[in-house]
Amino acid sequence: MEKQRLKTGSLSRRDFLKVSGITLTVPLVVGPRVLKVAGAEVKVFGPGKVPMTFTINGKTYRAELEPRVTLLDALRNEFDLTGAKRVCDRGTCGACTVLLDGKPVYACSVLAIEAQGKAITTVEGLMQDGKLHPIQQAFIENDALQCGFCTPGFVVACKALLDRIPNPTPEDLVVGLGGNLCRCGTYVGIRAAIAEAARMQRGG
Amino acid sequence: MAERNAMEMAEYKWPEPERRRLIGKRISRVDGPEKVTGRAKYTYDVNRPGMLAGKVLRCPHAHARIVRLDTSAAEKMPGVKAVLPLKKVGDEILWAGDEVVAVAAVDEPTAEDAIRAIVVEYEKLPHFVLDTDPKAAGERVRPTAEQVEGDPDAAFREAEVVVEGLYGASLITHCCLEAHGAVVEWEGENNVLVHVSTQAVSGIAGQMAGPLGVPAGNIRVKQDHIGGGFGSKFGPDSWGIAAAQLSKMAGGRPVKIMLERDAELMVAGARPSYYGRVRVGAKRDGTVIAWESETWGTGGIPPTSPLPLPYVLRIPNQRKRHVAIVTNSGPARAWRAPLHPQACLLTMAALDDLAAALRMDPLDLLLKNIELAGERADVYREELQIAAELMEWKKRWHPRGDPSPGPVKRGLGVSIHTWPGRGHACRCDLTIHPDGSVEVKLGSQDLGTGTRTAIAIVVADTLGIPLEAVRVRIGDNQYPPAGGSGGSTTIGGVSSAARRAALDALDQLFARIAPLLNASPDQLEAWEGRIRVKEDPSRSIAWEQACARLDGMPLTVRGENPGPGELTTAGAAGVQMADVSVDIETGIVRINKMVAVQDCGLIINMKTAESQCYGAMIMGISYALYEEKIMDPATGRMLNPNMEFYKLAGLADIGELVVHMMTGEKYDRRGVIGLGEPPVISPGAAISNAVANAIGVRVPFLPLTPERVLEALAKKGGSHARV
Repeated sequence: MEKQRLKTGSLSRRDFLKVSGITLTVPLVVGPRVLKVAGAEVKVFGPGKVPMTFTINGKTYRAELEPRVTLLDALRNEFDLTGAKRVCDRGTCGACTVLLDGKPVYACSVLAIEAQGKAITTVEGLMQDGKLHPIQQAFIENDALQCGFCTPGFVVACKALLDRIPNPTPEDLVVGLGGNLCRCGTYVGIRAAIAEAARMQRGG
Repeated sequence: MAERNAMEMAEYKWPEPERRRLIGKRISRVDGPEKVTGRAKYTYDVNRPGMLAGKVLRCPHAHARIVRLDTSAAEKMPGVKAVLPLKKVGDEILWAGDEVVAVAAVDEPTAEDAIRAIVVEYEKLPHFVLDTDPKAAGERVRPTAEQVEGDPDAAFREAEVVVEGLYGASLITHCCLEAHGAVVEWEGENNVLVHVSTQAVSGIAGQMAGPLGVPAGNIRVKQDHIGGGFGSKFGPDSWGIAAAQLSKMAGGRPVKIMLERDAELMVAGARPSYYGRVRVGAKRDGTVIAWESETWGTGGIPPTSPLPLPYVLRIPNQRKRHVAIVTNSGPARAWRAPLHPQACLLTMAALDDLAAALRMDPLDLLLKNIELAGERADVYREELQIAAELMEWKKRWHPRGDPSPGPVKRGLGVSIHTWPGRGHACRCDLTIHPDGSVEVKLGSQDLGTGTRTAIAIVVADTLGIPLEAVRVRIGDNQYPPAGGSGGSTTIGGVSSAARRAALDALDQLFARIAPLLNASPDQLEAWEGRIRVKEDPSRSIAWEQACARLDGMPLTVRGENPGPGELTTAGAAGVQMADVSVDIETGIVRINKMVAVQDCGLIINMKTAESQCYGAMIMGISYALYEEKIMDPATGRMLNPNMEFYKLAGLADIGELVVHMMTGEKYDRRGVIGLGEPPVISPGAAISNAVANAIGVRVPFLPLTPERVLEALAKKGGSHARV
C-alpha cells in the first residue's frame, strides 16, 4: 500500500511553505499564538485562515487566507487580479512578476502573509488615468506579444528595469528580463518595445 | 444563369494592391490593449461564483496495474465536494502521470490534501522508455512496410559519391505557458457551460457530448484567449470531462481543473522523437540521385508514422524503412508542423554532409538540385538568393571546419521547408448595424497569431471603413462553426469566409443605396468611409448614412470557406540560414544570427506575419539547442517536468534575427496561405548544419547540448563519407 503523490522530493512546496510560514515574523494581524522555539519567542499564524490586509495598486484589499497561500494565488483567486499568471509555479518563468515596494518578485514564490504592509503593484495597476503606460503602448506597437500569457510578467519586469535603468544596454536587458520566459517567441518585439519605451520616457 | 454564376464567382477575389488600405500593411493587433494590461481573460483566469478547485491524482509508475483504490478518506474530508475515480482496480496504466482519480474541493490546498489522502496500490509492470536504438527495443518495435521509388540499388551503384549519416531529434514537449484545463459547470438538468483552453472552440462540444451523455447542443463552449496550444489543445481531455462530471456530482458548482506544470510537461503533449540512418548518392557535380533511409522513434504507445522523406526534394530513387518504438513515455500530440522538423533535419543534414564530402558549398548543392522541389522550385531559388544576401553567405561561408585559431568556431548552415496551409472550413456571420458599426461572429479562436486582427482587417478593407468600426467576436460555439486552429489553416479559413461575407453584405447594401445615388448597384464601391459611384466619386453617401437606410434592421450575411473563388491556396515555401559560434572546449552553441525568408501567398497583416517567423525561429532555436523531454530508463518517468530543467530559449539566447516576407503580384495571386507552421520547420536543420560547418563534425541529435557537441568532437561525428 502506498500513498500516492507525484512531487519530486519528500516535501512538496506547499508543505515547505506551511512550515516556513509558521516560523516567519510577520505583521500583527490577529492575536497569534506565541511559541518558544530554540529559546526565541515566535508568533505563529494558522494553520487555519488568518485575516490579511494588502495594498495593491494603491487600494486596500482584505481577505482571510491560510498562511500557506502564495501572493500569486491570493491575487488571482481572492481579488480576481488575474494579470499575473501561474505558469511554472516554481520561480522560473516570470509570468507572475509583480512589484513589491517597486522591486520585481515572482508572486508564486512570495507568501501572501509576507506581502502585507508592502506596496504591491500588478500589471493592472500600470495604466494611469485610463491611459496605457508607455511600456504597454510600446509592447502593442512592436508586437511584443502573441498569445499574451507571458506578457503581463514581461511588462512588469520591463517597468522594474526601466525604473532602475532608464537607458538599458543589451546586457542590462539580459539581466533585467532574463528571469522571464516566452513560448511563442516574442523576444525580438520585446527588445524593440523596451528600446522604444525608454525613448518615450526620456521624452524623445 | 451559368454566365451570372461565373460573374459572381469572379467577384470573390482579393482587392488589387492599390485598393488595399489595410491588407498587407503593418497593423497592431486589436486585442493588444487587453493583453498588455492584464485584462485579457484566459481559461486559467476564469473565476466563477462558488467555483471548486479540481485536482487529479496521477500514477507515478510508467507501467502498472491498479490493485487497490481507496478514496474513502478523501471523500470524508471537510471541504471535499466530489471524488471521481477515473480508473478502476485492474486497469493497466501505460505512462507515468496518467490520471487515476479527480477531486473537487472548496479550494486548491484542500483539493491537494484530498489527493494525498487517496490510497492506491499498484502492481508495477515492466516499462520501457528508450527510443534511440531499435535493436534494444525487443518486442516493442512496430515496423512499417518498406517504400521504394525508382531503382535505388542501381542509382547507388551509379553514384560517384555516397554519404551515410546518423541524425535525429529527441522527444520534446509543447510546454504551453497556459496549462491545459477547463472550468466546467453543470447548469440545471442537462446544460453544460465549458470554459476551456482550446484550439478548437467549435469542435469541443461534439467531443464532450458522448462522455457526458448530453446533446452537443446543450454544451456551451467559451474561450476569449488561449495561452499557447502549438497542436496540443484540440480535445476536452480526460480532465475536462472529469471537471464536468465533478461539477454534476457537486450539484452544479463550477469546477476548475488546470494542469499542474509537471503534469503539463508529462502528459499534455509531446513531439515524437525521430532518428535515422540516411544514405545519399550523388554525381560528382552534386546531382543527387539516390536516397535510402532507415528511421525509428517514439510517440509513446501509438506507433509513429513514417516521415515525409526525403523532405522537399523528390530524389528520384528511394528506399525507406521505418520502425516505430512503442514506449511508456506518455502521449504524443501534433506539435507545430507535425513530422516536418524531423524530416527536414534528416534530409537537410544529409545533403549538408554530402556537400561537405564533395567540398561543395551546401547552398550551391541545394540550388543544383532545386528542380526536385517541383512546382515551387522558382520560389526557393529566389528565396535562397535573398537569404544569401541577408546572411552575406558567399562572403562569409567557409568549407566545413572553421580553420581560425582559438576555441570558438563559427559556421553557417542552410535549410529549406514547405507546408500546405490551405484555409480550413469556416463560417462567419457579418452584421452591419443601422448605426454603421459592424460585427463579425465565428466560433474560431486566436492562438496569438493575430486571428482577430486579421478578420477585422479583411472586413474593414472590404467595407471601406476604419478598423475600429469592426468588432470581431470569436471564442463561442454559439457562433457559426469555424475549423480548429491547426496546420496553419486558420488564416486562410477565416480571411476567406470574412471576405465573402463582407462582399455579399456590401452587395446588399449597394442594392439599397443605388437608387439614392442614381446608379445601379454594380456601379458602386465602398471607399474610405463612403459609398460612391465608381465613375463619379462626387456622387457618394457616408457609410453611416447608408447604413441608416437599413430601416432599423441589422443586415446579417453568412460567409463560408470553402466557397467560390480561390481566396486561399496551399504550398508555402521557406528558406532559413543560421550563423552560430561553438566553443569546442565547453561545447556551448550560441546563435549569432538567423535569417528567414518565407512565402505565404497574400499577407493580410505584415506585422503579425513577421512575428510568426520571429517566434518560430525562436521556438526553433529552443528545440535545436535546449529542449528535451528526458526520460529516465530506471523509473520510466520524465526527469525534467518543470521549467527549470525543461529549458526554453530566453531573451539572451536568440542572437540577431532577420525576417524577409515574399511579397508581390506573383505571391498575392495565390491567395492566403497559412504561416504558423512553416518557419518552425527549418531552424533545427539550419542550426545543426551551421554547427557542423563550424566544428567540422556532425552532432547527430537535437538538441545540440554541450555534452553532445563534445561527444561528437571526441568521436569525430556520426557521419562518414565514402568517395
